[in-house]
Amino acid sequence: MPAKIDPDQVRRIARLARINLTQEELEQFSNQLSDILNYVDQLSELNTEGVEPTTGPLKISNVFRQDQAARSLSSEQALANAPCRHGDFFAVPKVLE
Amino acid sequence: MGYRPTIGLEIHVELSTASKMFCGCPNHFGDPPNSNVCPVCLGMPGVLPTMNRQAYEYAVLMGLALNCRIATFTKWDRKGYYYPDLPKNYQISQYDLPLSSNGYIDLLVNGQTKRIGITRAHLEEDAGKNVHDLPGCTGVDLNRAGVPLLEIVSEPDMNSVPEVMAYARSMRQLVRYLNISQANMQQGHMRFEPNISLWVFDDAEPDGGHYTPIVEVKNLNSFRSLERTVAFEIDRQAGQWQADPDGYRMDKMSKQNRGWDDVREVTVYQRHKEEADEYRYFPEPDLLPVEIDDAWLGRIKAQLPELPIARYARFRKEFGLDEKLTTLLTSERGTADYFEAVVQAGASPHRAANLIQSQGLRLANERGTDVAGLGISAERLAGLCKLADEDKVSATTAAGIFQAMLESDDPPEKIAQDRNLMQVSDTSALEAIVAEVLSENGKAVADYKSGGKKAKKARSFILGQVMQRSKGQANPKVAGELIDRKVLGQT
Ligand SMILES: [Zn+2]
Repeated sequence: MPAKIDPDQVRRIARLARINLTQEELEQFSNQLSDILNYVDQLSELNTEGVEPTTGPLKISNVFRQDQAARSLSSEQALANAPCRHGDFFAVPKVLE
Repeated sequence: MGYRPTIGLEIHVELSTASKMFCGCPNHFGDPPNSNVCPVCLGMPGVLPTMNRQAYEYAVLMGLALNCRIATFTKWDRKGYYYPDLPKNYQISQYDLPLSSNGYIDLLVNGQTKRIGITRAHLEEDAGKNVHDLPGCTGVDLNRAGVPLLEIVSEPDMNSVPEVMAYARSMRQLVRYLNISQANMQQGHMRFEPNISLWVFDDAEPDGGHYTPIVEVKNLNSFRSLERTVAFEIDRQAGQWQADPDGYRMDKMSKQNRGWDDVREVTVYQRHKEEADEYRYFPEPDLLPVEIDDAWLGRIKAQLPELPIARYARFRKEFGLDEKLTTLLTSERGTADYFEAVVQAGASPHRAANLIQSQGLRLANERGTDVAGLGISAERLAGLCKLADEDKVSATTAAGIFQAMLESDDPPEKIAQDRNLMQVSDTSALEAIVAEVLSENGKAVADYKSGGKKAKKARSFILGQVMQRSKGQANPKVAGELIDRKVLGQT
């Protein structure tokens, strides 16, 4: 079966997701992703003429909440698992403006 | 050869809901860092966002005010975002099914109406704030992460700096009229992203021409920086085109992002668009779609107030006010409402308009409130207007009484009486003063009587003396008539 996703495409997707991949992984994932796409491609055998495109599996819409504010976590709780903090801020490596 | 600037504007407006877009955290500016956060807006695994109904209705209301088509079915999409101020690594937004599209807004620019197309307006969530002045690290405050954000995208229909500014200011005025955002610039409630290019054409061939490469400038958070950015870019692109008429064109160069340097007042190259902007949108699986039916839409529509441009036109026509005064009175809905209430309570429109303009807006500004917030009821101000309309107090005195009304709950008439500010229009009381002044100023009377060059000056002098002697309480019109009658024998 012809590969649908080549290593260059995998590299591009990985870059967009900020993931570093080795050459080995690029090959491996291009095969795996191609297999997945080929598998899903079976769906194209179905005739979907006249079928409305769906955006989700549930036939439900309009699930809202009322606009009421409630405090949730304290800043101590919010920051409890942060690998690094500065006062009440999450601290991350310098982001250039 | 000539060129015409072609400008589109993206505006982000924070909606003034009580809680965030997809969680119940308070939507509140200025709280301690990371105190308005929860597992949902912190991007913890396993949480489920839920839509804020008020935010959705606010967005639809804005879509209606912008004459948009309101989608009966919308959904949410994830937009890839890899910055620490939105820890989920995506932003919930609307991609291919925005809740409103295909609208327009009419602007008044130099007395002319100009229509600007609205491509779309959709809802999304705001990111948190990065703080850069910490030692050795960037601080992240997620209080703003998840605040409902309305993105309004215009067509590239603006052709000058004044049009861009009129558009931006009209949007601010509109969201404040609709009461869906405070649009406080200092608190970052409104941010601008202009797209700027020039249409370069040959006068001899009106149909031919080309665009210079589009420049997008992100994250401008003041009217001043928007104005300077657009003006700078127009000049810069014109210079580039003149230096390289064949190369500096859209079909030969790609779109570019530039940033505004507030200190040097220039735009700075950031990157070409093609290198990035792959957001990898896909449908948000954690949220259900929104379907809006006629009944619901009707209920939202019923909340639409009279919009600024309609109100402006009506004020001009109904009250005969000039452009400047009308612009001032309709700039804020509260001011316009207050003015109309004062007129409704019996004031003449011109008197009410002038007092609100000269005193109300100034005093409100000094006190950091709006005219209605001064605490002078429309009925009381109408009472003051009537005193002035009936010449019971002079215009100058009326201004003073306006101020006194801030400190006293007495009716304006009582304030005027207590402070001896009522104008004397009673002829018998004035006659004595006039007679006195005339007998003491024989030369002026003669000059006035002579009808020569000095007559006008002499009359003002006499009137001035009468006003002085009455301690400013004489009605100048009545006093003037008395003087004319006595000196010239006119009636
Ligand atoms: Zn939250």
